[in-house]
Amino acid sequence: MSTHTPSTRTERDPLFGGNAGMGSEYLEVRGLSVTFDGFKAVQDVDLTLLQGDLRFLIGPNGAGKTTVIDAITGLVPATGKVNKSGTQLLGRKTHQIARSGVGRTFQTASVFEELTVLQNLDIAAGAGRSPWTMLRRRPGVEPRIAEVLDTIGLASLAEVRAGILAHGQKQWLEIGMLLVGNADVLLLDEPVAGMSKEEREQTGQLLRRIGAERTVVVVEHDMDFMRQFATSVTVLARGRVIAEGSVAEVQADPRVQEVYLGTTAAAEYTAEIGGA
Amino acid sequence: MDVVVSQIFTGLSTGSIMLLAATGLVLTFGQMGVINMAHGEFIMAGSYTAYVVQQATASAGASLLISLVLGFLVGGAMGVIIEITLLRHLYHRPLDTLLVTFGVGLVLQQVARDVFGAPAVNVRTPSWLSGSVEVLGAVVPRTRLFILVLALVCLAALAAALQYTALGRRTRAVMQSRDLAESSGISSRRVDLTTFFIGSGLAGVAGVALTLIGSTSSTVGQSYLINAFLVVVAGGLGQLRGALIAAFVLGLLQSFLEYSTTASVAQVLVFVVIVVFLQFRPQGLFSLKTRSLV
Amino acid sequence: MSTTTPAAPARRWPAVPGPLRTGAGFALAAVVLFAVAPAVLSDFRLGLLGKFLCFAIVAAGIGLAWGRGGMLTLGQGLFFGMGAYVMAMHLKLADAQVRGDAVPDFMSIAGVRDVPGWWQPFASPVVTLLVVLLAPGAVAVLLGLMVFKRRVKGAYFAILSQALAAALATWVVGQQMLGGSNGLNRFRTFFGFDLSDPANRRLLFFIAAGTLLVVVAVVRQLMRSRYGELLVAVRDQEERVRFLGYDPANVKVVAYTVAATFAGIAGALFVPLVGIISPSDVGIVPSISFLIGVAIGGRDTLLGPVLGAIGIAWAESSLSESFPSAWVYAQGALFIVVVGFLPGGLASLGGVLRRRGRPAERVPHEEPDEPASVRTTEPEKEPVA
Repeated sequence: MSTHTPSTRTERDPLFGGNAGMGSEYLEVRGLSVTFDGFKAVQDVDLTLLQGDLRFLIGPNGAGKTTVIDAITGLVPATGKVNKSGTQLLGRKTHQIARSGVGRTFQTASVFEELTVLQNLDIAAGAGRSPWTMLRRRPGVEPRIAEVLDTIGLASLAEVRAGILAHGQKQWLEIGMLLVGNADVLLLDEPVAGMSKEEREQTGQLLRRIGAERTVVVVEHDMDFMRQFATSVTVLARGRVIAEGSVAEVQADPRVQEVYLGTTAAAEYTAEIGGA
Repeated sequence: MDVVVSQIFTGLSTGSIMLLAATGLVLTFGQMGVINMAHGEFIMAGSYTAYVVQQATASAGASLLISLVLGFLVGGAMGVIIEITLLRHLYHRPLDTLLVTFGVGLVLQQVARDVFGAPAVNVRTPSWLSGSVEVLGAVVPRTRLFILVLALVCLAALAAALQYTALGRRTRAVMQSRDLAESSGISSRRVDLTTFFIGSGLAGVAGVALTLIGSTSSTVGQSYLINAFLVVVAGGLGQLRGALIAAFVLGLLQSFLEYSTTASVAQVLVFVVIVVFLQFRPQGLFSLKTRSLV
Repeated sequence: MSTTTPAAPARRWPAVPGPLRTGAGFALAAVVLFAVAPAVLSDFRLGLLGKFLCFAIVAAGIGLAWGRGGMLTLGQGLFFGMGAYVMAMHLKLADAQVRGDAVPDFMSIAGVRDVPGWWQPFASPVVTLLVVLLAPGAVAVLLGLMVFKRRVKGAYFAILSQALAAALATWVVGQQMLGGSNGLNRFRTFFGFDLSDPANRRLLFFIAAGTLLVVVAVVRQLMRSRYGELLVAVRDQEERVRFLGYDPANVKVVAYTVAATFAGIAGALFVPLVGIISPSDVGIVPSISFLIGVAIGGRDTLLGPVLGAIGIAWAESSLSESFPSAWVYAQGALFIVVVGFLPGGLASLGGVLRRRGRPAERVPHEEPDEPASVRTTEPEKEPVA
């Protein structure tokens, strides 16, 4: 389907349009609008995300990408509809939305620095625990946490205080925290910003591994990263969706070229994002 | 009818005292985020300044005017000293500034007791402020009227300074975005110091004014402090107009509640009202989101 | 758990000692409080120590709410006062009953013939104990839900809680039926025991000591539990916790309520031990003073607040006896120096000195075996601990 199908693709990888045959989870956004003091930060955004899709949300600065995530997760008030597999999300409280399986990360890694990696994950896994369980000590490492520790590659650092992790490791920990919390919609805000090339590569592989059974939305500025790992792309500009489709389709779209650098420079830019 | 008018004036007067004590806090607490518990002791320093000046001046009227200026300078100087020696290190730990400045307040109170003695002292009221005037059938002491005017003048002067002077613009710039202001060549250190000087100076002025309606002891400032903080909280951080409205509303509320209950019950009810109010407006009357500071 | 891993930097978590050290610690504390103190201290000093233990009980709660939960509880005087006045009312009524009077002594002096209706429930010891144990916590739940659900926090919360303590003190001053600014005093009996008998006063001390041990055990369990980890997470990154599906308000309310309950119990013990409760024990100044011991001992440790509170109270009583004004200066200076420049309290002093000794120390980057799929890089910044 996509012209940029990486050669390493396996059956379990995310794919364009999602792997609807394997699961029926979805996130449907309709007419989402956010207004700040009269300024329309997001207008009438529609998004349909199916399980198994690795969707990238791109656009110039101020396009409203993070605001869309903020609105879905209840951080900013919004109008419209957000429907996660039949559950309406808009209007519910942030922690309720999180409990319904929508997890997010932030541009600046925000792990609990005073706590160990394991403690971070244990907290993330425990929103549904009973008061009685909460008031007792953590007996050991729960199997699902051990599994995620392996997935994010931090198993040997489980007892390290999260504050001393490297930048990339903190981002992985954050993703891991969403995984142990059983989030099936993951909204990641610039997960690879500030990462080294190798770390980006590893993060991309990680997203691939976790993306098959979940719906993953990545806000990114890094076009190389997007090209390499996206199965589908939505382009936002000035609060509106201006294009959507596979990487190739989006790159070829003149409107996308225009918003990115204006018409004259668009060719150069296309070369940049489409090159290699 | 007379009762209502007289309660209104009592309320406005109480409100103006709260406002006077709170105006400086709008700057230091509202804009700089420093919870300065020693603000009350700056008020006390203003009161004792008035007392000392009067010992050296023959005319009570001249002494009041000199004290207002000196009180501002004394309060401001104390604020700057504390900013430089302590608060500078604590801007990223706002809650800790509260405890540190509480310690400063304890020390200053004890200094006052050691220097001026524990018993309260009194300052004579100038002849042109003694007696009362009749307004709409209510008898209003001139001193109370003077404080009302003074509070409004201080607030207006501060608002004008923030709005129209270069310093005010710089202050607002720093408050909105410290980094951006610094990169455009504004020394945020100087702005911090000036803001703190003015905010603390206004506490000194409040202290001078308070000598007109009560006696001065080492704890005079402390008794006004909580109300002043509540005014700032209810008005919205950094909002002069919020503080203005909050101070007078709370003053009126207290006055009418006091009339129908007792002073202590009224005070308790005012606290309760504020807690309930914050249920509906956790950011206070005006929040910073409006993108204006005054 | 942390002691087993060399990678975990030294401080933070060992702030709660492990089971072995805890057992030894409790045994030692019990010996000191129940055997050594009564043997070496005069009855008067023992009573003083009992009073300090009350402050330590308050401090243990503040350590949890403030040190671990980040809530600057400036108004513990409110809860302390509730417990204290409720107990004082009961004791006054019981004394009157023993003497066969219709009303407590201070009321009959004021010419009051009948006990006010709102006093009457406290004639019952059971009601009194229930109110002491439950009322401060109930008020804290209500307040906490109102305040935290609306995301009022930080300075706002600190000022509001302070205002509430001030409100209580102001209200009590105006209540002649609570003794006004003189407070309630001159208690003769405590649940039937004669308070002038040294043996009974000693028993009272043992009750306070036992309560403190229980309180410390409760705080220890809370700190070590999953809840304790979550509380620290809420303290450091409240919004982040929300996005993990928790309501941080509930997490905070629990710690706030526990702290309030402890303060109420301490207040109730304070009354028979000290023999007086007045508005000056519950207002703003005593409320903030509760914090200084906590700050000095180390606000986020288990024992720091307790030992700090006892130490400060001891220093106050011995210094202010001979140099009242010097003590105020010392107290002010302690707030400034400890909070301003040693926020971890004395508990962190060891760490600070060690770091001074080895200025070039970088936290060793323990890199155990390289994770399979992830390359570890150098940590970007110096850790804080």
